[in-house]
Formats: sequence, C-alpha cells, structure tokens
Amino acid sequence: MDLQITLLLGQDGITNGAIYALLSLALVLVFTVTRVIFIPQGEFVAYGALTLASFQAGKTPGTLWLLAGAGILVALIDLKIALAAGARQRIARILLWNLGYPAAITVLIFLGKPEGWPLAAQVLLSLALVVPLGPMVYRLAFQPAAEASVLVLLIISVAVHLALVGLGLLFFGAEGSRTPSFSDAALQLGSITVSGQTLWVLGSSLLLIAALYQFFGRTIYGKALRATAINRTGARLMGISTVMAGKLSFLLAAAIGAFSGILIAPITTIYYDTGFLIGLKGFVAAIIGGLASYPVAAAGALLVGLLEAYSSFWASAFKEVIVFTLIIPVLLWRSLTTHHVEEEE
Amino acid sequence: MTSTPLLEVKDLCVAYGKVEALHHANLKVAPGQIVTVIGPNGAGKTTMLCAIMGLLPKSSGEVSFLGRSEDGAAVEHMVGLGMNLVPEKRELFGEMSVEDNLLLGAFVNYRRGARDHGETMGRVFDIFPRLKERRAQQAGTLSGGERQMLAVGRALMAKPKLLLLDEPSLGLAPLVVKEIFRIISELKRTGVGILLVEQNARAALQIADYGYVLETGEMALEGPTKILAGDPRVIESYLGLGTCGVRV
Repeated sequence: MDLQITLLLGQDGITNGAIYALLSLALVLVFTVTRVIFIPQGEFVAYGALTLASFQAGKTPGTLWLLAGAGILVALIDLKIALAAGARQRIARILLWNLGYPAAITVLIFLGKPEGWPLAAQVLLSLALVVPLGPMVYRLAFQPAAEASVLVLLIISVAVHLALVGLGLLFFGAEGSRTPSFSDAALQLGSITVSGQTLWVLGSSLLLIAALYQFFGRTIYGKALRATAINRTGARLMGISTVMAGKLSFLLAAAIGAFSGILIAPITTIYYDTGFLIGLKGFVAAIIGGLASYPVAAAGALLVGLLEAYSSFWASAFKEVIVFTLIIPVLLWRSLTTHHVEEEE
Repeated sequence: MTSTPLLEVKDLCVAYGKVEALHHANLKVAPGQIVTVIGPNGAGKTTMLCAIMGLLPKSSGEVSFLGRSEDGAAVEHMVGLGMNLVPEKRELFGEMSVEDNLLLGAFVNYRRGARDHGETMGRVFDIFPRLKERRAQQAGTLSGGERQMLAVGRALMAKPKLLLLDEPSLGLAPLVVKEIFRIISELKRTGVGILLVEQNARAALQIADYGYVLETGEMALEGPTKILAGDPRVIESYLGLGTCGVRV
C-alpha cells in the first residue's frame, strides 16, 4: 500500500464516517429523548435517496402514498381523541398537518413535474416528502407505548424497520439507484483528487452538526429536548410534553436520515434495503458513545468509517465483520468501566 | 373562604394497585392563600400532590382548578393552566446551567408566544439573588438549599396561579429552611395560591393560613392554622411538645 492508496482510502473513510456521524447523532438524540433504539433510521436514508432518484427518473415515488396513508391514519386517531376530549380547537390543526400537507405535496408533484426541476429543488421536495414520515411513525408506532420498557420499544422498532423495508421494496423495486453528483468540480490536493461530492458530504455534515449544536445550545426547543433526555419527570413538570419531544426528535432523526441518503446517493448505489447496513454502522458509533455522548459518537463514527475503508483494502471479504466486531471490545470496555444503573420506572 | 377557590379537591382517592394510599381527601385553596398539609412520613401527602397534578391516576373523586373539573388531565395540561409542582426530589436538569433550568420553566408560556421570560427571570433573581450569582453554574453542582431555590424559581418562571410545594424543607439546614419559608410567605403577597405539604409542621403552621392533617391516607383534622397550632393532638404529635418534652 503506497501513500496514494492510503490517502484515497482515508478520504473514503472520512466521507463515510461523516455520514455515520450524522446518523449516530440522530440515534443518540432519539434514544436519550424517547428511549427508542431507532432501527428504522436506515430506512429514512434509503427513502430519501430513492425518492430523489424517482423524481429524477420522472416517476412518482411510492413514499408519497405512504405519506398520504400515514397521514389519514394519524388524522383518524387524533380526531377520535380530540372529539372524545371535546377539544374542538385541535381539529383544524390535525386536518391541516395530516391531510392538507400530504394533499399539497401530491398536487405539487403531479402538477409541478419535478423531473425538470433543478437538483436543489428536487432535494427539498424529497425532504418535504420523507421527513414528515418521522413524526407520523412516532405517532402511530411509539407514542401509544411511550411508557413501555426499552425492550418493548426495541421490539416495536424492529417491527417498524421490517415494515418499512418491505414497503421500500414495494415502492422502489429491487433495483438500485444512483443520483448525479451535486457538482462536477474536483479538488486537486497534491497527488490525490478529492471529488466534489466528497466535499459536499463533508461540508454539509459539518454544517449540519454545527446547526444541531446551535439548536441544542441556543434555542428553547433544543434545550427542552435536552431537558427531556436528562429528566423526563422534570421536563413534564415544566409542561414539556413527552409527545412533543418525541415527535420533534423523530422529525430531526428523519431529516438527518433522509438528507444523509441524498448526500451519499451519488457515491454508492442505494437499494431499498441499503439503509439498514448504513444505519447499523451509525449504531456502532452511537454505542461507542454509550448512546449518550454526541462528541464520542461522532468520533466513533469516523473510526468506523476509516476502519471500514482500510479493511476493504486489506480484507475486503471481512469488511463488515471487522466493523461490527468493533462493538465487542467497546461493550467490554463499557461494561467494565461504567457501573450498572437499574432502569428507573 | 368566601371567594371561589383556586383549587378544590373532592373525595379524592388514589390507589397503588389494590392498596389505597389516599381515602376521600377534600381540600380547598383560594388565591393568595397558603394552605398546608402536614402529616407523618408515608401519610399520602406526596401521593395527593401527584394526583392533583396529574402525575398519578386517581381512582375516584374530583379535582377542580379555576372552577373547572379537570378529569384525567395530564401534567402538561395542568402546567398550561397555571398549576406548578415543586417536587420533593426537585427534578432539576442537573447537566444544564441554572439559567437554562429557569428558562425551561417558562417553556409553556414561550410556546404560547410570550417572550417576557427575560423580565420574569429578573424577578426570580430578585427573589433569589443567590441564583443570579450562580446563573452559569451547572444545576447538579449546587448545594441543597440552592437546588431548592432553583426548583422554586423554575416553577415561578411559569408565572403559576397555584404552586404545589412538596417538602421544601427536606434535607436542608435550619437556617436555609428559615430562608425558604420566609420567601414562601412573601410569594403569597403576589397573589399566587400555595399548597404546602410538609413534615416540618412547626414551620408550615407558622406561615400558612389554613391547615390539614393527613394521617395514613385520611384527613384527620383541619382548621385555620392558629386554631390548629393550639390543638392538643397536633401539639402532641407534630409540634413535639408531648409528654417527653423533647422538641423534634
């Protein structure tokens, strides 16, 4: 292995590591706020990438029907609850977000003909379509069991993951898709060429991480999410509802997932089930951070990315095995250094 | 009590499984009034507060706040109406700064569009100058008394109409207790109603207007605090001037 290959692999590793870092942050966020281990994170990656690919191919993405269907279900459930509680003032809001919004997106797609749009507009439309699925999934699958144990929430998470993968196959078929690069520009750094997409991935990831940092450090909603993660009872006593915190964290996780998918779609071919493996690597990084620490998770993600890149050179058949085996020494180290705390009920 | 009560609790029963922890409790709190519930450990005082607040489901009975019956309402809803609980365990956000803890106290009003949390925080700092000195410090590193001040200050950030205080003197040094109780009696002047649950009966009866004695889940006695403080049963059991003559 000469210097050039080392640098190339390093570039690959850092690019993938940046994506894993984003996903691991979303996983830590969702876990600390809702105690849900968010296995379906990867499906949002695939949905984001494949929805964009559908628009570019001039097809209507199946995720649109999922959005409409989930919206109708949420609307029916919430309307029933609102009517039973006599809270008529909530009805307009429920109808607007769960029926009006999907309807508006549908009209936009059928009349707007997004295949002719510029890439940035297509990306925004894909996000507008996929991201609201996050809070809807929370409403339908997790909110009814919000006080259940971590294990029950994990089982629900696996079920949601399997359902979304199946729907992905139905919507997008078994063939993979690749989207064109955001820019064709490339950067010549000494003997190696850094592709424009790599710069896009790194730049957007850093920007997104900085934005999240500001959100959690500066805004009252970000602080409310942190407060819920630190002390749920305390947060509820401040009127920060568990439902609001859950929906908000799922919204952010879905946005991070879908955007990550859109970022890597020009680099790797995305299939309906690709997201799972990508999400799992984000999960390994989140575990390195103990599902609690954002900076350690981000550092772990870079480690995972680099390890993956170099092992694909030295032992490409064992690439995944090596990455996932990383979790064993980490768990050993964690179980030896942290003392066990019983889950509070 | 002639004015409409802020809080009215009628026949409230709460059970943990089959074990009933509170039997048919009744009480009223008027605006600008301090009402105390005293009683020994395990009498059901905290249970009662949690049920009023909506943290615990009630098995029967009625809780009316601001003249409206709130049946099965969740905590977040009660906070939105202007009822705030300062819990026995404080439930602070330990890894966040004092200032952020206070800010989150105003979350409900912020969500409704109010942007006056800066002024409210100024008033809380006037009441608790110590918190102002420690505004950038992590809440988890505060002393016991400061933590209690922060818990009360955080609740005041919501501009409550009714403040429920659960054992504010618990685990605090006598001088700090005195300070906290002085502040509680001053809060009364701002028109907020206070329901004070205490084991420290002496201090509670001194600042409250009306009192209840809760024993093994039942209201054993009630009356204006001046009369209650002179009741031989209260003196013997709670004010520690019993036959032994030992002050508790």
